Amino acid sequence: MLLKELTEAMGPSGFEDEVRDLIREAARPYAERMYTDVLGNLIVEQNSSAPGPRVLLDAHMDEVGLMIVHVEESGLLRFRALGGIDPRVLVSKPVRIGAEKRYGVIGSKPIHLQKAEERKRPLSMNELYIDIGAKDRDDALRVVKPGDVAVFATRYGEIGEGCAKAKSFDDRIGCAILLDVLAASVSVPLIAAFTVQEEIGLRGATVVGERIRPDIAIALEGTVCFDVVDAPGHGQSTVMGAGPALTVQDGRTIADQKFLQFMVSLAEKRHIPYQFRRVKGGSNDFGALHRSGTGVIGGGISVPVRYIHAPAQIISLEDYHNTVRLVRALLEEIASGAWPLGNRIQTG
Amino acid sequence: MTDNNHREDLLWILEGHGGPGFEQDVARRIEQVFLRYTSQIRRDAMGNLTAVLPGGGERQRPRVLLAAHMDEIALVVTKVEKGGFLRVWQAGGFDARTLIGQEVVVHGKRALPGIVGSKPPHLTTARERKHAPPLEDLYVDLALPESSVRDLVTVGDRVTLSRDPMELLHDRLAGRALDNRASVAVLLETLRFLRPLRHEADVYAVATVQEEVGIRGAGTAAYGWRPDVGIAIDVTFAEFPGQDPDRSFKMGKGPAISFGPNIHPKVFQRLRDTAEEHRIPYQVELTQGPTGTDARAIQITREGVATGLVGVAVRYMHTSVEMADYQDIVECGRLLAHFIANVDIAYVEGLSCY
Repeated sequence: MLLKELTEAMGPSGFEDEVRDLIREAARPYAERMYTDVLGNLIVEQNSSAPGPRVLLDAHMDEVGLMIVHVEESGLLRFRALGGIDPRVLVSKPVRIGAEKRYGVIGSKPIHLQKAEERKRPLSMNELYIDIGAKDRDDALRVVKPGDVAVFATRYGEIGEGCAKAKSFDDRIGCAILLDVLAASVSVPLIAAFTVQEEIGLRGATVVGERIRPDIAIALEGTVCFDVVDAPGHGQSTVMGAGPALTVQDGRTIADQKFLQFMVSLAEKRHIPYQFRRVKGGSNDFGALHRSGTGVIGGGISVPVRYIHAPAQIISLEDYHNTVRLVRALLEEIASGAWPLGNRIQTG
Repeated sequence: MTDNNHREDLLWILEGHGGPGFEQDVARRIEQVFLRYTSQIRRDAMGNLTAVLPGGGERQRPRVLLAAHMDEIALVVTKVEKGGFLRVWQAGGFDARTLIGQEVVVHGKRALPGIVGSKPPHLTTARERKHAPPLEDLYVDLALPESSVRDLVTVGDRVTLSRDPMELLHDRLAGRALDNRASVAVLLETLRFLRPLRHEADVYAVATVQEEVGIRGAGTAAYGWRPDVGIAIDVTFAEFPGQDPDRSFKMGKGPAISFGPNIHPKVFQRLRDTAEEHRIPYQVELTQGPTGTDARAIQITREGVATGLVGVAVRYMHTSVEMADYQDIVECGRLLAHFIANVDIAYVEGLSCY
């Protein structure tokens, strides 16, 4: 299990290099063919001559992050977000910057010097700085430059009972699942796509869908989970520990009813717990994949992630393992012909 | 210069957790380092930890007390909610905005890692998002089932921030509890610089307790040791955009020496002269009333104590990413050592002559 390495690696949208290198090495023993495309997606093919439909499994490598955009005279760094980050989670957090993974911290004016009304107002991103301990602008520019990217400095660790905390479970958990599934080498023509730039609009998956033209596509994700105090049932989206979450409808996709039923029946047959993702918003790479070419059947399977897009996220490791079980079972079922190609509308 | 200083000891002391009233873990670590300088270690009923270094004065020896509080701001569990989520209140002043997404340690039957959560963004209205959630709306998530939480955690258990110290450019460190363990390191540096010097005065180096809840330890420490001169060591504000210029000190430019009604004018003057004489960089901090430091209590202990206040500039005070420059800590220790070496009975007698 590479979860520690995968989640601690740096890979904001457009800067997925470290993650890609890790995955490339991990996937190599199971790859029949492995290549990158012009955007930086890493594509691993397996069992291409096996009979049956060509299955594309997708997990995105990128995470939400920050980009340094300006260096102040004081040596403090101004930044903007790469992907969706709630600025309220940034204060009092460390980050790691650039290839050297230099530490920086995001602080704020001390509480002692704030007026009461200041304290009631969340800080916005343009009031925050990354501080690397530089004495002034020139001192800072010796070691960082505008355009350098940064990610949260959170370490992977186990927490509570059967849970883990880290940054970037969205979507390194998908990457870990996909690597586990590759290692299982189920006898179907499998294309594993580790994509780039999901967080800024599913851009990597868009071109992967065009290139691969799969018969079936499934996005493996980490998804919103707010099964916490003060959250009413309808707002929880998913429950941690209740199994992989199947997408019914999100911001970009309405699930194919037949394929969703196929996944549900299989989970029940194999006694794998599952749940439905219960928010309408958000999306994953399947939102791009299902519209590629003449359209692709498939869906989204997600691991619930508490505090998604925040510095310290939590998952249930049982959810992770059950998701691997479900995806493997799907491939085995597809390999056995249970999802006939005839289910796909032929436009020939 | 960094080879034999106390930087590594500071990093080790920072690994300890100790909020107001539960400083024992931190005290144990500090004691280990104190023991390199003296076998005379004392604890009082409040928990103040003192290293006593007898002076070389022949007759009546002056008594100098140094006080650096060792407690850090902390939280306390007030309720276990349905689902096992914890509500907390504070011991010491938190900006609740800095706690969202923060990793913490809950000191239950064992140390439990936790993460602070708030009401999810997609369940808050646009109007609500304009207001920062107050501390009572936040919760600690232990990723444990409720039954396990109830076994392991009870109301009243303490919670501290979790953050490994980070090394930044130059000799700068960032992490939690540099307020006021940076000043504990100043105590240690003072003892290091004092060792080769001859000093008449008896020195009482005290790591005090419960400063963050209203300066409760320093008073009993000063009462017990009856010092002639008491110097508090506490961090001050490093410059940051939007701060007033008189509350903005430069990191790396030496200790700040305080001046104002809480400070004995002759102690201030001597500290400044000492810095000039030994070419120690320094800054002057102006205060207009009782300071929010141990100096506040020391000055009015017993019949009154001639009090001074020094400290290093720290950025982002009361967050988990407080930042200090270790060179300031070294220089502050050098300043105090030379100050102490210069204290004699004549100086002490002069402190009451106005």
